[in-house]
Amino acid sequence: MNDIHILGIETSCDETAASVVKNGCEILSNVVASQIDNQKKFGGVVPEVASRLHVEQITLVIEEALEQAGLSPDALDAVAVTEGPGLVGALLIGVNAAKAFAFANGLPIIGVHHIAGHVYANRLDSGMEFPLVALIISGGHTELVYMEQDGSFELIGETRDDAAGEAYDKVARVLGLPYPGGPHIDRLAHESEGAVEFPRARLEEGSFDFSFSGLKSAVINHVHNVRQKGQEIDTASVAAGFQESVIDVVVEKTVRAAKEKGVRQVIAAGGVSANKGLRAALGKAMEREGIRFSVPPLNLCTDNAAMIAAAGTSMFKAGVRSDMALNGRPGMELQSWAKKSI
Amino acid sequence: MIWLGLDTANAPLSAALVKDGELLVELNSAMGLNHSAGAMPAVEELFKRAGIRPAELDAIAVSEGPGSYTGVRIGVTIAKTLAWTLDKPLTGVSSLRVLASNIFTYGVTICPLIDARRGNVYAGLYRRGEDGKLECLMEDRHMALSDLLMQLKKQRNPVVFVGEGARKHEELLKEMLGELGRRAHFTQDLPRASLLITEAMQAETSAVHSFVPEYRRITEAEANWQKANGKEAE
Ligand SMILES: [Zn+2]
Repeated sequence: MNDIHILGIETSCDETAASVVKNGCEILSNVVASQIDNQKKFGGVVPEVASRLHVEQITLVIEEALEQAGLSPDALDAVAVTEGPGLVGALLIGVNAAKAFAFANGLPIIGVHHIAGHVYANRLDSGMEFPLVALIISGGHTELVYMEQDGSFELIGETRDDAAGEAYDKVARVLGLPYPGGPHIDRLAHESEGAVEFPRARLEEGSFDFSFSGLKSAVINHVHNVRQKGQEIDTASVAAGFQESVIDVVVEKTVRAAKEKGVRQVIAAGGVSANKGLRAALGKAMEREGIRFSVPPLNLCTDNAAMIAAAGTSMFKAGVRSDMALNGRPGMELQSWAKKSI
Repeated sequence: MIWLGLDTANAPLSAALVKDGELLVELNSAMGLNHSAGAMPAVEELFKRAGIRPAELDAIAVSEGPGSYTGVRIGVTIAKTLAWTLDKPLTGVSSLRVLASNIFTYGVTICPLIDARRGNVYAGLYRRGEDGKLECLMEDRHMALSDLLMQLKKQRNPVVFVGEGARKHEELLKEMLGELGRRAHFTQDLPRASLLITEAMQAETSAVHSFVPEYRRITEAEANWQKANGKEAE
């Protein structure tokens, strides 16, 4: 069989990214232009600013990805682009650049779900073995997804309020830590000797859903009470206590899902899977259970286009195609592209 | 020489192919289109109807704003991506100039208007000179409509208002300017990509990678930041 070369494009939030991936597993180039320095002064991602910066970067980033891969457009088999979810104004820069590029070069175009991309990032690293359970944990997501086979997704648990990454950012703000807060909490938790005890939201017996708003409120109340007593807040032990609570619940539910479904592999995906504490705890738990655990290296955990090309390759093989009417879909739901296995 | 022109700066869509000064195909719509989904199918349709391939293009013209931030970005993103990957020159033209170019009356002041909400408009002033070329009398800007009308009233020259913004504020224009304020025909309120190309042929080409929309306004976040940090917003 011939090699498959897919150009991936990703602009769902504040990274302008393009990549060329060979056969869904080999990265030939992976270019990411981050806007973080530009967004920092606003204390978060401002959608209009993000969209303006994407327009500035988009062709440069695609050109760089092709150059690093050493390929011309006619060596490509398709263009894969993040269709959603994400910021609508940001998504449609990538989508329209991808469509124009595909049209000009006579290539098929494939719209990819951002989270499917995060899961397929594992193809670029240690590979995927089915059936598997994927923990998708980021600023917008906290989900447990069961994959029976390549291209099939079954949502078995999700957050009922905040995403884990959102809770991290809000707690970081309460603690006066700079944006983005996740890495700071992770570092402080690592350094801290003590940890403030916060509640665990396990929800009903057997549920794979998550809830972080109660934990977030508990942290805010704690900080408030300490301040009212005129005492100083031990930022590190609050961070450690918060992180412990998140990790405890996430690990417990992931392990239970993996055992119940009898999977061969557990995958962590999404921005928060870059968290060192979470990686270590999940790794240890899966080792105990004898289940293979994979989490891609940092540069493939955070938003990138190689993961979109990787998922796009699986879709390409399954015959999935979009057309020139492809649009950015901010609230897109994860859907299977595999035919139901009999 | 085959030109592609694209205007998605506001609700209307216009896309055209012009070959050696002759119009091959033009698609126009006044409807509040979703340009993100609709612009590329329109471009695809142009090539299909004209029976040419993308590689046969020689130049690309795009309406660079001002207008709807999202709309302008879609057109600019498509145009710069095509220009870069096909290695063809790209020319940006003011979306207000495109509207002004609908008016062929010589000597009269032409005021294209795009509504910018809260009593504001994007506006410029143009005139068709003796040579038939469109001159710019006042650079495109974002301003209060009342300020613009006061200024025009003082000048005491007849002005032709053109564009969807002019239609929206028709009452106020009449009230403020009376006989001096004239209205274009409704067919002239829509941008025409063929005229966009005509204007582009007389303008300088742009560097492709660094090409960005002419928003004529900084973002709200930037304005707030400047205020908070003691810098004067423009
Ligand atoms: Zn992501």
